Amino acid sequence: MRSPDNALEVDQLTRVFDVSAPWLNRVIDRKPKRYLRAVQDVTFTVRKGKCLALVGESGCGKSTVARLVTGLYAPSEGAILFAPAQKGANSGKPMEAQMIFQDPHASLNPRWRVGDIIAEPIREFGLRDGNEAIAARVAELLRTVGLSPDDAGRYPHEFSGGQRQRISIARALASEPEFLVCDEPTSALDVSVQAQILNLMRKLQDELGLTYLFISHNLAVVRHMADRIAVMYLGRIVEEAETEALFADPQHPYTQLLLQTIPDVASPNRNRELMGGEPPSPLDPPKGCAFHPRCPLAAERCRTSAPEVRARQGGGTVACHLAP
Amino acid sequence: MNSQTPALEVKGLSVEFPTRKGVLTALSDVSLTVERGEILGVVGESGAGKSMTGMAVLGLLEPPGRIAAGEIRIGGQRTDNLSDAEMETVRGRMVGAIFQDPLTSLNPLFSVGQQLTETIRLHSDRNRAEARAHAIGLLKQVGIPGADERIDHYPHQFSGGMRQRVVIALALAGNPQLIIADEPTTALDVSIQAQITTLLRTLCREHGAGVMLVTHDMGVIAETADRVAVMYAGRVIEVGLVEEVLNKPKHPYTRGLMGSIPALGARVERLTQIDGAMPRLNAIPPGCAFNPRCSEAGARCREVRPALVANARGSVACLVHDGGVA
Repeated sequence: MRSPDNALEVDQLTRVFDVSAPWLNRVIDRKPKRYLRAVQDVTFTVRKGKCLALVGESGCGKSTVARLVTGLYAPSEGAILFAPAQKGANSGKPMEAQMIFQDPHASLNPRWRVGDIIAEPIREFGLRDGNEAIAARVAELLRTVGLSPDDAGRYPHEFSGGQRQRISIARALASEPEFLVCDEPTSALDVSVQAQILNLMRKLQDELGLTYLFISHNLAVVRHMADRIAVMYLGRIVEEAETEALFADPQHPYTQLLLQTIPDVASPNRNRELMGGEPPSPLDPPKGCAFHPRCPLAAERCRTSAPEVRARQGGGTVACHLAP
Repeated sequence: MNSQTPALEVKGLSVEFPTRKGVLTALSDVSLTVERGEILGVVGESGAGKSMTGMAVLGLLEPPGRIAAGEIRIGGQRTDNLSDAEMETVRGRMVGAIFQDPLTSLNPLFSVGQQLTETIRLHSDRNRAEARAHAIGLLKQVGIPGADERIDHYPHQFSGGMRQRVVIALALAGNPQLIIADEPTTALDVSIQAQITTLLRTLCREHGAGVMLVTHDMGVIAETADRVAVMYAGRVIEVGLVEEVLNKPKHPYTRGLMGSIPALGARVERLTQIDGAMPRLNAIPPGCAFNPRCSEAGARCREVRPALVANARGSVACLVHDGGVA
């Protein structure tokens, strides 16, 4: 670890998926193997007790990063380093990480009672002895996320979307993690319920000292939750900075355009300048800077050479030839 | 037809679903108007009845759902009492529809051009060549580059944003007076979303069609709609100009809803939250449907259902503004 304050260090992380046609079709059609670079040279750190958000449009690789960090995918290249666990400091084990998924309808087993769903990690890791202690812990977790201990005997389908997301959070907390990866935790929820869940997550962070890696496409939500923001485009981080610095002075043209296009309730911009074009396919990314076909400032250099990630004026990093 | 007649007039609409356990009222006494060339936003959370209202106007309620009371007039003509066969001529010609998922609204087995010309020829007496020329014109209008070639492509060859443009072209093909847009941008990325809402606004002006824009996203409403109707538990609780409703919401629910949206402008420590959830259809409380979650509710709110009362700036259905809660 580069600094003892870091909870997670991700270094030059790359993940390549083989999306080739089956072997026989490839031979018949004389097609080469095809690879999709979902995440490329991604480097970031998350400080203990803080929240880093990854934002970007669909297909930019943010969910792949979440799955790489939690070990659901193996990295093709690069390193993921967790700080040593703080609890039981001498064990030398890495920090525990857990994940909250986007769709609370798909991430809970419909055939299990809520109590069993939350108890599973406790049993699996042997965190409590005896059924009574486990039941007490489940009741405590349910209360922590704002549900009633009686809910342990019910099935997931008896709950609304927001309540189900609370159950997902309780399950994630059951193994007593210090690090939570939240992949679009509120995207499937209505705004008033989203506010309940975001408030709960902030409260838990304060009380339990959790560290979050928060993945979202919604910049307003991200601004509310995150201490730092990393903006991704086509598998790469194009800009990373502290939340306020990023909003006050976005330096990558993509970040600027993204901030301009979000509909804002407080100050609606009814005659906006539009971002032309659409994100290109990650299977066939443009040469040079991946954003150049949509970039209003693109120069000759942008079409030929990919910009390096470098220090950003005012802290953070940016990957653009033209940024100050 | 008088050009002053609104594109859509819904009066006292109630939709019921008879079930074995009793009749569920999905929409109760909903009244709305959409003027020509106007975009009316309809917002609310899941289950508030906003899509149901759109479906009722289109005559596409899933059985056993039925219109129990009220009137729907499209361009002055009453449509709620028409037979299914008569509705077929209303849909497309008088009212067009844009749905959330552009992939499921298009037939994957026919080229975009085939689908457009079919619709155009069904609703006008153009011949094949004229219909094709008109289809290319429509694709150009909705901003599809290279429309002359793209017309022969199949839906899977288009990206999500482009597909939604094709769906908009299809909705416009019969030159309808009213377009029902049900969450047209929800499945799209933010940068594409802005392109589509801007397109909707321009087309609505150019064609003079009224648009009923159903969405849960207040940001989209703020930037696209002229007026907004807020729905809760199958009822319209507040209607007014967008700036009025969003900046000075009168109904406690609208106020809570606005407070719960994280703003881009400033970071707050804690978002306002409305505790609890919207009641299920079989358990709508008597009186005002919002009273169990409302911080201002009094004894009268549990007994009297507030009517939508017009004031200088719009209308609101809340006893706080209509005779007091006690």
